[in-house]
Amino acid sequence: MQLSGYERQAAGPRLDATFAALADPTRRAILARLATGEASVAELAEPFAMTQPAISKHLKVLERAGLVSQGRDAQRRPRRLEAAPLAEATEWLERYRKFWRGRFKALDDLLAELKQNQKQRGREKNRGGSG
Amino acid sequence: MKNADTLKVTTPSDREIQITRLFDAPRQLVFDAYTKPELLKRWLFGPDGWSLAVCEVDLRVGGKYRYVWRHLQNGKEMGMGGEIRELVVPERLVSTEKFDEAWYPGEGALGTVVLTEQGKRTLVTQTIRYEAKEARDAALQTGMMDGMKAGYDRLDTVFAELQQ
Repeated sequence: MQLSGYERQAAGPRLDATFAALADPTRRAILARLATGEASVAELAEPFAMTQPAISKHLKVLERAGLVSQGRDAQRRPRRLEAAPLAEATEWLERYRKFWRGRFKALDDLLAELKQNQKQRGREKNRGGSG
Repeated sequence: MKNADTLKVTTPSDREIQITRLFDAPRQLVFDAYTKPELLKRWLFGPDGWSLAVCEVDLRVGGKYRYVWRHLQNGKEMGMGGEIRELVVPERLVSTEKFDEAWYPGEGALGTVVLTEQGKRTLVTQTIRYEAKEARDAALQTGMMDGMKAGYDRLDTVFAELQQ
């Protein structure tokens, strides 16, 4: 039960692909590796207990989301990180964060007030009991 | 660390968005703020110029809830509602949610709020699960989007003003 519609309305199909791609830990690790420089499929497969075809599958998802592209070298076909969709996803999450940050600040104030009221009621009760 | 700095937004799966935040209050109070209409109205308003004009909650499994936001100047309304699916007072609330302007197909989305005690503080974990990818795509087609985007940009100013 939360005000989520506003935020979702600001999202697009491309972001969907980005978030879907980012949801997998192996794909996030691949992106982290590519952030340090381009790499071939074999090089990418190395740190994982995975076959090259399995890594290629993950790379396809990342490529469809526009997060990874192929370099020019025809032999190695190095993959490289594409930063733009990541920045877009980060920006979207930042907007979402802002939205809730504002609401939660209002909730902080409300809770402080409720706590104060509770204390006051407690004090009054005590006074009533002793007097 | 200030509670405001504990806000985290993550995407645990391709269908979910999760927000966590610490609050400096006992769990029961936080639960009340999430479920009692007179309290909800005091924090779940906005963005910019929107008040939570209608807020009804039938707090039981199978019970319905309904929110309508109204723009203070132009009188425009935006409503949403759903059904409570799981309820464990004061720690867990699961409910469906669907906006009146049917910008996505199906049941809408499923929202889960979990409250965890951390000493005298309470950790809130809100997870929203979309039913389908089309939900997001359809959302793009609605005219509301641009207005809402502008709303986000103004949010910080608005809340700063409200808190003065």
